[in-house]
Formats: sequence, structure tokens, C-alpha cells
Amino acid sequence: MNAHTLPDDSWTVAGRTFRSRLIVGTGKYKDYATNAAAAEAAGAEIVTVAVRRVNLSDPSQPMLVDYVKPDRFTFLPNTAGCFTGEDAMRTLRLAREAGGWTLVKLEVLSDPKTLYPDMEETLRALKLLVAEGFDVMVYCSDDPVYARKLEDAGAVAIMPLGAPIGSGLGIQNKVNLRIIVEQAKVPVLVDAGVGTASDATVGMELGCDAILMNTAIAEAKDPIRMARAMKHAVIAGREAYLAGRMQRRLYADPSSPLGGLI
Amino acid sequence: MNIVVNGEQRGFEGVGDLAALVVALGLDQRKVAIERNLEIVPRSAYLTTAIAEGDRIEIVHFIGGG
Repeated sequence: MNAHTLPDDSWTVAGRTFRSRLIVGTGKYKDYATNAAAAEAAGAEIVTVAVRRVNLSDPSQPMLVDYVKPDRFTFLPNTAGCFTGEDAMRTLRLAREAGGWTLVKLEVLSDPKTLYPDMEETLRALKLLVAEGFDVMVYCSDDPVYARKLEDAGAVAIMPLGAPIGSGLGIQNKVNLRIIVEQAKVPVLVDAGVGTASDATVGMELGCDAILMNTAIAEAKDPIRMARAMKHAVIAGREAYLAGRMQRRLYADPSSPLGGLI
Repeated sequence: MNIVVNGEQRGFEGVGDLAALVVALGLDQRKVAIERNLEIVPRSAYLTTAIAEGDRIEIVHFIGGG
């Protein structure tokens, strides 16, 4: 018997079921080959992608889809770099045309320094996208009130940040994340803030359904090894959450029985 | 004929529709999405979408992102 075999523990977003609880980004890698190898090592089934103008001066340059293939990974187009609802809408309509997918990641940013989401614009854009038939996973602040508004407006997943995008600071808002997890009826993912493996584990121990990360893997000295570490970290956190942690005690409690002491 | 592609002024001769434009630019139409004057053009309509002087064309694709 293999005691390490995990039971079937899948999660479902917008009617699609996944076994991997680690979504990886495809930005900041030194090349697409490393990116593809890291996504494989992470065991990821979903990758986020950006929509940008093609390079007209060199149309023969490497393309993402030749390395990270859409038949191997579910592509989750994002709206990174969009600061208004209109920009986000335009980007995702193009993404839908380019790929034919309705599952998208909405992020409407505010301050370039913090890349904090503009929640008012995010909510407005979400309503427009839902009305157009998109399945929208939403990058958001860790405000439980806004998280509920997003869910009420039809978000298929709530994705609060654990710390600013690309900061690697780890999860700074455990209480808020836990409140959001407890109230949500759609999947909750930590999107942004993870710096190393233990951060991913913390997010999963809070009961999040999955973790989305990019920089923590892409900027590691050995991205493929870090991708593997993250895969294990997410599984560890998930298993610990399902196992149910022990109660905390202020004082010691011996692990060896006191009876029968010589 | 002068049009603006991805923000750049470009001149083309003998390019009458979007399908021809994609070929002229050396792109694979299966890997891009196109907006003509802010309207998305479905891939199935590239052959039947004429290009006119002064059109503003955006051609995008997927790249790495988080």
C-alpha cells in the first residue's frame, strides 16, 4: 500500500475540474523553454497569459504558444496592465477571439507602485463581462465586503492578494483571507504575494482552494526546482488543512506517557 | 494605402483584406486576434473584411504574463 497516494481532491471553477491547485504565471522567465519546464514541474493545469501587440518588426521571434501549449494547459488570459474597466473589457474580448476561451482573469489596477486592484472599477468591469458571457476569476483586495460583492455579481472565483504583486512578501493578511474563505461559495485563490514554498503552504492551510503565483518561481535561482517545491508546498498545505490541525496550547504537553516512569 | 498597425503608420500595396494583411506581415492567423477600428473581427471574417485608407488595426497574441 502506498500511504502517500492522495485521495481524489479536485476543485471546480466555472464547471471545469482540476486536480492541481497551483496556477502558474508565464511572465518574467528568461525564455519560454524554461517557462514550459517550470509549468510542468509545478504540475500546473492552468497558466495565466497576457494579451499584447504582436512584434511586427520580427514576426519570427519565439511565441508562447509554441512552448506552453494550449492543448496541454488551460490558458487563463489576464488583464494585467489595465487601469480602467474599458481596457480590461477590450483585452478580454480580444483574448476570447484569440483563444476561444471564456474563462478569464480580471484585474483592474490602480496605483502603479502597489499594483493594488481598483475595486470599484473591478466590480464594474466584472458586471459587464458577466453580461457578455465570460467566466471571470477576479484579482481583488482582501476586503471581505468586496469579495462578497464580487461573488454576488457573478465572479466564478475570488482571488485576493496575499501581498502586492511581485513583492514576494508572503501572506500578510491571514485573518482577512480566512474570513473570505469562510463566506465564499466559489473558489478562493491567493493571487500574488507568495515568495517561497512556506507561503504557499500557509495560503492552503487557510483553506484556499488554490494558489496563483508567477514571480516566486520565475525569479528563483532555479525556477524548475522552485516550481517543484511549490507543487509540494501546495499539496502539504491542502493536506494539512483537510487533516485539521491540533489545538494550540500555551504550555507543554508531553508526548511520552508519564505513567510507567522508572 | 496607409494604415496604422499596432500604433505604427504603415504603407501597403495590393493588400485588400485582413487575411492578406496577416500574410503580408508574416503572421500566423491562428495565433492572433485582430481589432479593426476598435471592432473585433472574427478570424472567419478576415477574408471578407476589406481594409481602407486610414484604418487603425490592432493585432495581438498571447505572451507570458502573471
